[in-house]
Amino acid sequence: MQTDATTLDAFRAEISQWLINNIPEDPGFLLPQSFMEVGSEEQLEFLIAWQKKVYEAGYLGMAWPKEYGGGGMPQVYQNIVDEELMNHKAPIIFNVIGLGWAGPLILDMGTEEEKQRYIKGILTADDIWCQGFSEPDHGSDLGNAQTRAVRDGDDYIINGSKIWTTFGNYAKYMILLARTNPDAPSKYAGLSFFLSPMHADGISTSPIQKITGEYGFCQTFFDDARIPASCLMGEENQGWKVAMRTLEYERSVHGGQASTYKFLPIAMEDLLHTCKTIQRDGKPLLDDPVVQDQLVQFLIEEKSLALMKERGEIPELCTDYPFSLALSGKLIATELFRRARQYAVSLQGAKGGLYVGDNMAIEGGQWQRGYFNNFSATIGGGTSQVQANIIAEHALGLPK
Amino acid sequence: MTFINIEANTDMRFSEDQQMIQEAARGFCQDKSYIEAVRKLLDSETGFQAEIWQEMVELGWLGMCIEETHGGSALGLDCLIPIAESMGRQLLATPFFASTLAAQQIQRAGSEAQKSRYLPMIANGTVATLALLDNEDWGAEVSKCSLSADGKINGRKVLVEAAAQAEIFIVLCQQGEQQRLAIVERSQLADSAVEAHTLIDETKRAGIVNLNDISISEEQLMPSSAANALDDVKLIGALLIAAESVGSAAACLNLTVEYLNTRKQFNKLIGSYQALKHPTVDMLNMMEAARSQVYHAATLLADSQGDITRDAEIACRMSKASANDALLFAGDRAVQFHGGMGFTYECDAQLYIRRAQWSQQHYGDSAYHRKRLTPLLLA
Repeated sequence: MQTDATTLDAFRAEISQWLINNIPEDPGFLLPQSFMEVGSEEQLEFLIAWQKKVYEAGYLGMAWPKEYGGGGMPQVYQNIVDEELMNHKAPIIFNVIGLGWAGPLILDMGTEEEKQRYIKGILTADDIWCQGFSEPDHGSDLGNAQTRAVRDGDDYIINGSKIWTTFGNYAKYMILLARTNPDAPSKYAGLSFFLSPMHADGISTSPIQKITGEYGFCQTFFDDARIPASCLMGEENQGWKVAMRTLEYERSVHGGQASTYKFLPIAMEDLLHTCKTIQRDGKPLLDDPVVQDQLVQFLIEEKSLALMKERGEIPELCTDYPFSLALSGKLIATELFRRARQYAVSLQGAKGGLYVGDNMAIEGGQWQRGYFNNFSATIGGGTSQVQANIIAEHALGLPK
Repeated sequence: MTFINIEANTDMRFSEDQQMIQEAARGFCQDKSYIEAVRKLLDSETGFQAEIWQEMVELGWLGMCIEETHGGSALGLDCLIPIAESMGRQLLATPFFASTLAAQQIQRAGSEAQKSRYLPMIANGTVATLALLDNEDWGAEVSKCSLSADGKINGRKVLVEAAAQAEIFIVLCQQGEQQRLAIVERSQLADSAVEAHTLIDETKRAGIVNLNDISISEEQLMPSSAANALDDVKLIGALLIAAESVGSAAACLNLTVEYLNTRKQFNKLIGSYQALKHPTVDMLNMMEAARSQVYHAATLLADSQGDITRDAEIACRMSKASANDALLFAGDRAVQFHGGMGFTYECDAQLYIRRAQWSQQHYGDSAYHRKRLTPLLLA
């Protein structure tokens, strides 16, 4: 497969044209801005249909092996697709936990049987995946998870509860972290990792209403739930290592994702367009030098973020702390978006007090909703504060 | 109204030339400008050692971007960036930036005679400098220094880098509506014409140049287009200072990380406390962001063969604003995190907080550049 500039440019033109022809029309209801915001059946059906369409056109899992349903092409092709999805503001590719975390993990560490069984369904969106890591009492301190898994013949019996389960009520499978040995010498040594079914007796979910008023994730309850022992991934009590690997995929420390297009991009450009419609002191908002200064500051930060990827590919420019760029991306991006969205609401004058549902709300209240929803990014997948600890310890070498 | 797509251009490359220069510059600056050497020079007259300057000349750094016909090696401006960063890292202060920028001004806007006379001198180590400011205002559009019809300069230039060491001064002055640049030689000035400033950054040197009825010949006046070229040279100045600041910010971060990894309080290494740990991560990320901006700007200048395109101007200004903020934050937190020691002259954190204050204003503070980015980004 060619990866020279001419071939790749031609491919970019091809996918770009395909997107122009195939991006679905506005369905008439608000679409989620991220995979953590899918809260209704109509949204889900729309996103399943969209993912299937992209996959069937050959633009999803392009770098995954052919024998499991992938395209068997170089990763750069998928990267181009993801960039173009973003450039065209296409609907998100929603089955993220399968495409971005579980899938690469199974391809990386799974058995042949696991690959045959799970990979294709992730790509077609026939099998929705969810993640059972956080617990009501153990979020940032993931290694302390207390959900129990006890071996009983050919099964494990699971008891406990997981929380913030995105797609919990829709998913067929869960990547599950549970405690198999409560007496292990360290909390990390007693954990095991399962590719668990969600449709089993004793497993139930209860949707959680978010600050936005919408639904987007669940609490999952395990009440003497029996799952086959074959669901264990890797060795018993070796689950922490697998979970860490999964988190590395989740935080995009490694490549290998079938798609990384899981958020609608909030470019500062969108913020600037919003500003055009707003009045302050009887004049256009953008004439206000105080506002100009802050917007330019955001644009500078957005540019720095956009440059991180290029920088990371030049080792001579990463000699001080070689891991810093790879580890810092999530923290920098999610905090920048949070601040920018918060700022966007503050710019709206009296209309900053309106919300989704009020027909005078600026752009349907999307900045208000987006600001709230952004907390799922600064909290989920490791809070910003935990991210800062990780960067401090693993990039700077500061003590725990 | 169409806004610029800020992510459209993220080009960044690090050429073989840049790699070789980075390796040489890092080694040179480490060997010559270790911390004891830096401290020894703080109260010296010139702020640098003549032997080290001579070695820099022999390495070809002063003629790096000067045309070959005038004794230079005609490399791109991007090759200066690893040198500037390495100097900042080791706090090596010399008239390198002053001379380099003066050479840029002459090369871009000088007459053939001016180029043939001055560029070989600068490449060989004669110190040259730009005398631009009449007061604190980097944004002044009219110079208070006058050039009369019969070729006499009157005025006072302040904050002139390496004023006491310079043999060649490029003086910005006003002739009616027009800004003009004249090349004045040290021999035309009285001994007392140059006075030293007391600078917040004791590694740097700058002074006042008093110009009382200095007669210049027609050959000393730069062509009238030189004022436009000066706008470009000031942007290159901003980028060089940004690169230097990124180096200083990295060194300041290293100093802080080392202290956080050795100092104990309440029986714990202080680096384990999140109140110190998290802002240190902010120091890291601000430094990394500024470094990305600087090498992106360098790439754009390499691509445009030194022309200041619109994208290059944006990149230079973003680089300076980012690097200012990164070094200011790093220096400030370095002092605070060293506790009582941080408040002493003996602690090296003072070197960086002082450098931060000097560098932020030099070729424009952050708000100055953000203001000039506004019409480029929001109009």
